[in-house]
Amino acid sequence: MRLDVVLRVATKFMLAPLLLFALYVQFHGDYGPGGGFQAGVIAAAAIILYGLINGLGPVQRIVPVGLLEVLIPGGVLIYVAVGLASMLLGDNFLDYNHLAHDRIHGQEWGVFLVEVGVFLTVFSTMIAIYYAFAGRRRS
Amino acid sequence: MIETTVTILLLLMLGAVTIGIVRVRGLFAAVVLLGVYSFLMATLFVVLDAVDVAMTEAAVGAGVSTVFFLGALSLTDTVEAPGKRRQIMPLFVAVVTAGALLWGLSDLPEFGSPDQPIHRQGADYLVRSMPETGIANVVSAVLASYRGFDTLGETTVVFTAGMGILALLRRRRGEGKS
Repeated sequence: MRLDVVLRVATKFMLAPLLLFALYVQFHGDYGPGGGFQAGVIAAAAIILYGLINGLGPVQRIVPVGLLEVLIPGGVLIYVAVGLASMLLGDNFLDYNHLAHDRIHGQEWGVFLVEVGVFLTVFSTMIAIYYAFAGRRRS
Repeated sequence: MIETTVTILLLLMLGAVTIGIVRVRGLFAAVVLLGVYSFLMATLFVVLDAVDVAMTEAAVGAGVSTVFFLGALSLTDTVEAPGKRRQIMPLFVAVVTAGALLWGLSDLPEFGSPDQPIHRQGADYLVRSMPETGIANVVSAVLASYRGFDTLGETTVVFTAGMGILALLRRRRGEGKS
């Protein structure tokens, strides 16, 4: 914990661009490469990097385990909710045409919400796996 | 021409790294080599114009899973246990599998050929996606809209994996706070 100044400073510089890039990949996925899965993994990598440098305690103050246990099923539930909403609006399951005033906007909303669901589940699952490994002691 | 050279170079490096992974005894080195392998694969995907897959491979294969492997290593030994010297059966299985794969390779259509069935008979998403969904990236349109049900299944798989890991590996509350 003495010679890792370089790592700490470099990590501080990298964290914000990493999270920003994750958001870019998430929200620009309609136009460029990327989407919920990639963005979730990149954002989780940023959090895991923070955990590697600062230890499990500080990172679990930022993303507590309780939050993860809500987010993992939460993403899937958002996804299913979009599907059910489109059913209630008179379409097939996960057919987004009637989610907004016209078809194109409906598709945009549907894809956006679905990608948010994917993001939340992937992001929180990756971090949960990291916590599970990092939280164990060698027996 | 350049693309072919780059591809061949990457494939040669992939082969070298694979042999390294099999040969090396220290598991720490093997994990690092696995990361190298994933980065080479990601570069190969970029050469093949599959940027989405390349991003996933670089982030998951080279980044996060390397951390997971290291985390698992810190819980176990870092040197592979020496195996039996000569094992005929694994070699036989490997050779037969490789032979079957090479044999199957000869039936594949030429790379990028527009005559292959997937381009002639599949649904024409390239034409349909823009007027129907207004999403410029066809990959996103197919994943989230046309094949939304599949992606729901994939998300559920990730969810199941997370739940499984949590159930198996998590310290139970109150089970010693070391």
